[in-house]
Amino acid sequence: MKDESPVRGRLRKAPENFLDPDGVRRVAAEARAGRRDFMRGAFAAALAGAAAPAVAAAAPDGDPNILTLPAHSTGLGKAVASAGYGVPSQYESHVQRRPSPGLTQTRQASVSFAPLQSLFGIVTPSGLHFERHHQGWWDIDPTQHRLMVNGSDERMLKRQMVFTLDELMRLPSVSRFHFIECGANTGMEWGNVAVPTCQYSHGMLSCSEFTGVPLRTVLEMCGADFKRGRFVLAEGADGSSMTRTIPMSLIDSGEVLLAYGQNGEMLRPEQGYPLRLVVPGVQGVSWVKYLRRIELGDQPYNTKDETVHYIDLMPGGQHRQYTSIQEVKSVVTTPSGGQMLLDKGYYNITGLAWSGRGKVRQVDVSVDGGRNWRRARLEAPVLSKCLTRFNIDWAWNGEPALVQSRATDDTGQIQASYAALRAVRGSRSIYHNNAIQTWMVQASGEVANVQLA
Amino acid sequence: MCSWRSVAGAVLLAGPWVAAGAGAVGPAVTAAGFPGIGRGVTAAELKAWDIDVRPDFKGLPAGSGSVAQGQVVWESKCAACHGVFGESGEVFNPLVGGTTADDVTTGHVKRLNDRAYPGRTTLMKVSTISTLWDYIRRAMPWTAPKSLSVDEVYAATAYLLNLGGVLPDDFVLSDRTMAQAQARLPNRNGMTTAHDLWPGAEFGGSGKPDVQGSPCMTNCAPERRVASLLPDFARNAHGNLAEQNRLVGAQHGVDTAGPAGAASAPAAAPAVAPDAAVLTLLQANNCTACHATQGRLVGPGFDEVRRRYASRPDAAAYLRAKIRSGGSGTWGGVTMPPQTLSDADAGTITAWLVGGGAK
Repeated sequence: MKDESPVRGRLRKAPENFLDPDGVRRVAAEARAGRRDFMRGAFAAALAGAAAPAVAAAAPDGDPNILTLPAHSTGLGKAVASAGYGVPSQYESHVQRRPSPGLTQTRQASVSFAPLQSLFGIVTPSGLHFERHHQGWWDIDPTQHRLMVNGSDERMLKRQMVFTLDELMRLPSVSRFHFIECGANTGMEWGNVAVPTCQYSHGMLSCSEFTGVPLRTVLEMCGADFKRGRFVLAEGADGSSMTRTIPMSLIDSGEVLLAYGQNGEMLRPEQGYPLRLVVPGVQGVSWVKYLRRIELGDQPYNTKDETVHYIDLMPGGQHRQYTSIQEVKSVVTTPSGGQMLLDKGYYNITGLAWSGRGKVRQVDVSVDGGRNWRRARLEAPVLSKCLTRFNIDWAWNGEPALVQSRATDDTGQIQASYAALRAVRGSRSIYHNNAIQTWMVQASGEVANVQLA
Repeated sequence: MCSWRSVAGAVLLAGPWVAAGAGAVGPAVTAAGFPGIGRGVTAAELKAWDIDVRPDFKGLPAGSGSVAQGQVVWESKCAACHGVFGESGEVFNPLVGGTTADDVTTGHVKRLNDRAYPGRTTLMKVSTISTLWDYIRRAMPWTAPKSLSVDEVYAATAYLLNLGGVLPDDFVLSDRTMAQAQARLPNRNGMTTAHDLWPGAEFGGSGKPDVQGSPCMTNCAPERRVASLLPDFARNAHGNLAEQNRLVGAQHGVDTAGPAGAASAPAAAPAVAPDAAVLTLLQANNCTACHATQGRLVGPGFDEVRRRYASRPDAAAYLRAKIRSGGSGTWGGVTMPPQTLSDADAGTITAWLVGGGAK
């Protein structure tokens, strides 16, 4: 980086629809006269989106946001518990999870993407968690929900058992932060750029603190034969009764959880209330929602979502089956596609890095399309199989830039370029695209999703 | 299978649970060390829920269904979404197509190497017939899963494979003939587990990741060019991006309603849709499983319905009755079953429909 002294952002001229100086004076006069309703109306459009510095350029005496005391500084606010369960500010209504137009044909077997471009830190607010449903979602009465644990034959478990939520919640619990990523995240981008923003390119990704009981605990209670039983089937209670074969190594290690908690409260219905499986590092389809049954068996199950979908087509025509780990990956979320840099000068490039194999060890950032890289700061905490937030200083000089991030995990695996990934896996595998993402900052300040060759 | 007696016995033998090993990955546990928690499964409960079928056919119930019987099941319960010939296309991905008699012999679908072939059908991918049988039984039909009898599942599976040229017209699929059908699946040899993406040794795997990035930090790659970006006409395809970013921040969303390079207008917070209550009703009653706001899904779009009845004076009353009675023939051959929602809810929906809610 040549420019060592970041310049401060300039003031922008007021947008045309903002108040002119006469208007400002009139609003101020009306406000002094106590007519706050008038003032609110006059400012409504301006407050909705105009940058505050703009006003300084327009008003000779200073910023009316400072000069004219607003209602919230001069009146009585709302009472406690006005909402028994608080909701975000009305001004945050742009921050929504969204489906990608045309991606799926129905809204019950579909996806909505988390707005990564608007999130801070590593935790996804539960209401913005991405959704993937295979047959619609339900809000299930937890008092009537049951978990059955059985074996593929009579000798697999000493005791086949049934548990209520009351019983599962009595057992010793753990709380852990983990990311969940759909195996098809970034899948639309295998061949070429297909979507404009990181919400759609990387938003089948979320991270929560999950609370629950290690599945191993419950299998031990049932007297499981862990020598013979090397495959576990997890099954949901919804219409699709989703089934997946769960890796025993992650059950052995105590990582797989029967989870009921998410970010300090119960799971959201869209995330499987009242019980879901948490399979750290493994693609989201294995985190079976509305979990009703666990079967310990001696053979894999070849369920629909491991034999028809979630199989990766390789060059040569074979499909990889049982591809589960979400490998090392990262994405810059600010600045990212579909955004507009307001001006030249200082920016703190930030983004998310993660690996299904362990912790993130290092993230490098390039602003010249991968020729030169600088090591980014990792924000604490850095946890295993969890999102890690990184950031790095950048002074934008107003020229086009190609922004990339590249993560390395603690097994030494380094996130690869599209060229390296396609050389091995082709471009038709749909799943497990963990390529380096490129955002092109144009001279206009507009940021676009691009792929390099 | 176990009984209450055996559970209680095990608990007594194990004694009280002791919290040893604090700091380990999970809470340390002695087997059956949590007295009073959980109970044994009854045989009837197991029968009700343990419905999975494995590739070795463990779990497959006795029964049978012919291709001819399957055609009856298919046309009444499957064709609405999957097409009379499994071709679907509009709503769901095609089940049938892309396989050949040669594939039935080799067990490899040759067309998976044909990049020009549009999409991949279910029969081009599926490698085990147990998968089809299990999924049809647990999850189909889409709006009434688990409603098919065991014989109907055999029949529907047989017909699907007959449509794909896998099974002959006179085939009877049963617990005794599943293995014969498996031996004819076009992509039965099409899977590999020789990769490093399964955590554990169960499938053999490959032992190391197949792709490794470069650790280079300076002067790494030759000058690279932008090879792919969204075309201008797709600029607003995902909606106005100015309204998909926070009002404040290091950068704002691009106003994609205008052309590229234009000054970004301040984004206004979107208003709450006035018809949110109706949308909730439509979703709660599964109307949206078959009807989209715009354009045909399984049935006509709400916009199409509104346009057709716009000039009819009794449109509201007619549609209200139609929702509750169901019907077919007006919009094509697919039957809309009678809906059980209340008359008041049907009224709310029709008022919205004829009132121009669906534009």
